[in-house]
Amino acid sequence: MNRYPLWKYLTVAIALLLGLVYTLPNFFGESPAVQVSSTKATIKVDDKTRDQVASALQTAGIDTDGIFLDSHGVKVRLHNGDSQLQARDVLEKQFNPDPGDPQYVVALNLLSSSPQWLTSLHALPMYLGLDLRGGVHFLLQVDMKGALTKRLDSIGGDLRSLLRDKTVRHAGIAREGERLVIRFRDNDTRAKGRAAMEDNQSDLLLADQGEGEDLKLVATLKPEAMKRIQEFAIKQNMSTLHNRINELGVAEPVIAQQGADRIVVQLPGVQDTAKAKDLLGRTATLEIRMVDDTPGALEAAQAGQVPFGADVYVERGGRPLLVKKQVVLTGDRLTDAQPGFDNQTHEPAVHLTLDSAGSRIFKDVTRDNVGKRMAILLIEKGKGEVVTAPVIRSEISGGRVQISGRMSTMEANDTALLLRAGSLAAPMEIIEERAIGPSLGAENIKKGFQSTLWGFSAIAVFMIVYYMLFGLVSVLALAANLLFLVALLSLLQATLTLPGIAAIALTLGMAIDANVLINERIREELRNGSSPQAAIHTGYERAFGTILDSNITTLIAGIALLIFGSGPVRGFAVVHCLGILTSLFSAVVVSRALINLIHGRRRKIESLAIGQVWKPGNTGNTAAN
Amino acid sequence: MEFFRIRKDIPFMRHALTFNIVSLLTFLLAVFFLFSRGLHLSVEFTGGTLIEVNYTQAADLEKIRDSLGKAGHSDFAVQNFGSSQDVLIRLPLKAEQNTAKIGEAVMQALAIETSGATLRRVEFVGPQVGKELAENGALALLLVIIGIVVYLAFRFEWRFSVSAIIANLHDVIIILGFFAFFQWEFSLSVLAAVLAVLGYSVNESVVVFDRVRETFKKARGLTTPQVLDHAITSTISRTIITHGATQMMVLSMLVFGGETLHYFSLALTIGICFGIYSSVLVASPLVMWLGVSREQFVRPKKTIEGANSDGAVV
Repeated sequence: MNRYPLWKYLTVAIALLLGLVYTLPNFFGESPAVQVSSTKATIKVDDKTRDQVASALQTAGIDTDGIFLDSHGVKVRLHNGDSQLQARDVLEKQFNPDPGDPQYVVALNLLSSSPQWLTSLHALPMYLGLDLRGGVHFLLQVDMKGALTKRLDSIGGDLRSLLRDKTVRHAGIAREGERLVIRFRDNDTRAKGRAAMEDNQSDLLLADQGEGEDLKLVATLKPEAMKRIQEFAIKQNMSTLHNRINELGVAEPVIAQQGADRIVVQLPGVQDTAKAKDLLGRTATLEIRMVDDTPGALEAAQAGQVPFGADVYVERGGRPLLVKKQVVLTGDRLTDAQPGFDNQTHEPAVHLTLDSAGSRIFKDVTRDNVGKRMAILLIEKGKGEVVTAPVIRSEISGGRVQISGRMSTMEANDTALLLRAGSLAAPMEIIEERAIGPSLGAENIKKGFQSTLWGFSAIAVFMIVYYMLFGLVSVLALAANLLFLVALLSLLQATLTLPGIAAIALTLGMAIDANVLINERIREELRNGSSPQAAIHTGYERAFGTILDSNITTLIAGIALLIFGSGPVRGFAVVHCLGILTSLFSAVVVSRALINLIHGRRRKIESLAIGQVWKPGNTGNTAAN
Repeated sequence: MEFFRIRKDIPFMRHALTFNIVSLLTFLLAVFFLFSRGLHLSVEFTGGTLIEVNYTQAADLEKIRDSLGKAGHSDFAVQNFGSSQDVLIRLPLKAEQNTAKIGEAVMQALAIETSGATLRRVEFVGPQVGKELAENGALALLLVIIGIVVYLAFRFEWRFSVSAIIANLHDVIIILGFFAFFQWEFSLSVLAAVLAVLGYSVNESVVVFDRVRETFKKARGLTTPQVLDHAITSTISRTIITHGATQMMVLSMLVFGGETLHYFSLALTIGICFGIYSSVLVASPLVMWLGVSREQFVRPKKTIEGANSDGAVV
């Protein structure tokens, strides 16, 4: 009766094998590497880049352990930290000849040293959290109210020009909190104004208010429009952050949305929090200025004599450009920038949308400057870069501007991104910050590992002394549990943190409960006079119900932590929940399979090696093997 | 080896009243300390800045306090963290300060007076995060309680689920009482430990209750206290061994885990010790007071005429 069918043994064997394979990468450690990735959407990292990397390193005489290309970029594995730094310098020089305008990110990284066949099975080492590898963590709160009021302000401006265009006389437009109030003197104009707005502004919810002379139209944003604006704000802020973080040269930055209005930024390996914070909080401004194309002025400027009221900037193509100091428009007036196509020529283009005040200024400027060039500059930290410098072909009114001509789709995308990324859609605030030094991270790993190791050893010694062979089986089952848990964490690429390691230790300490229950039950059955085989059978059978019940209550606590926990608690909860599930399998199925293998073959056994089974009224050792 | 050689069921229930009074007293004491002293909440809950600094030599705390005071900080706490070389500086949230820059400001202040300080860790938590964490912690606790009550009511009986949850909440309050009395730092990981202990202790009660149910079904002619005594006695060896094993692991964390896991494992230790006590000596008497009886478990079987006492017929 204590025999498993073959398929059950096979299941256990396969589970153990898979566990072993997916746990394996964690033992190989990591080797130093350098990663090259692109900062700009226009620059692709491909096989050509890899060849470039290879030849650059070859000429510099740096031996590598392999050069790989993946979705993050080109990664070069190196022998040691020294050659890693050398390689970084060589590649930095090769790929970013102009340090002022980096095209690529060349960053130090660590690569798993596990063999290729494991990697191709998607067997990767566990992903270590910041508290184990060192780095900076920020939680940023996006001011959504700010984004909405900003949008309402610009809509208010649009309405003003709309009503003027339609010659509807109003008595004032004002934003009151989160609504726009438009005043009218009589019912007729209000109806006309309402009709005009309904045709042109689909985002607004309009309501009539007021009586007699003081008639009002109250406009609020529709819920779906609000949602869209908020989503847009957070997406834009994230892409802005992406661009800025590229400058830091972080190998694997994490920029993720958390909840409706928060952004998590994790920069592994970064120590300089001041610089990181500076980047996150930086406000870039977009400026539109006219190009000074007086004949000879540019040459004079290059010779060192910059004309009064102008600056020299370098265009993205590398050509110098003389730009007037006077600012025509700032980025505040730009509400959107999207890549697209010209309606007639079907050439790639960038579509800009200006708010009403911006459109009026733009109209005047373009009317006066047809045939001349204007420059759009991105000014960050007092340093300007010309994003694009198009020629004005005709007067542009209505606030919809299209920049086109000699642009690839990629360039259009990139320009649009740059124009949008210039400013944050909504202000952000750092509400949580955590910086962990790399030495502390290594120490945390050591501490967590030692706790688990010593705790496990203590339990193992005790179990074997107390339950003998059954204790050994329990310990093997517990080891299998650890194997499954680590394999599962590696497979899911869940982030392992110090609380996570604590959860592994705690889960192991709790998981032994199932085996203690089983062993105690078997002893009890023996005490009550069952035959050894029957005792094993009923012992497992009866203990199972209890094990299930008790694990479910523990799981309930784990799930609650998973739902409501954040940060360190979530790391704990993930491991805890997974550990409970794996312990159910290992404590019941794996240990039973082992016991069955040992004892199941013989029909009758004299005694079980489960330690001394003491019976009341019988003082001798009856069943010690 | 066999630790537990118990000839007769131990009459736990005879002393039920005493145990319950002892529990009530510890519970009230814990509540008293919770209210009089309050929990020493970590930065995660209160908001503020936490800076861990490492010195090459033993750090002079007075000097550090001086230099921070001169730099215009107030209400800060400076203490050693683990070793004499590691220092933990805690700064409260202040409305007028630029909180995001406070870490650098402190490091600059330290660099002036005491050299050789390296920054190990900075933690800054804004006010809204702290409030949210406290709320979420309370919600998690509530969800655990409801989940366990519902599950146990479903699986056993309402009397069991009510007494299990009362017994284990009493553990939670006592852990919190310890933290309040000693003014140990109550952080997020301690909260995780408390909730884990809650689940774990309930599982302890479940094992006992399982046995109670089984004994009710099997053994006849026993009074309710006798059944409870029997159930507790026959599971006591497992209870002690399991908790011993878990405690070994926790002890190992307490010894090797360093400062970060210190309070986490401390909370677990208290939780495990009181978990044994409460699930055996609090939950079971409660079940008894609530009036559990055999009839609630044994479905009346159809009796066949002429059957013997086992109900067997041929």
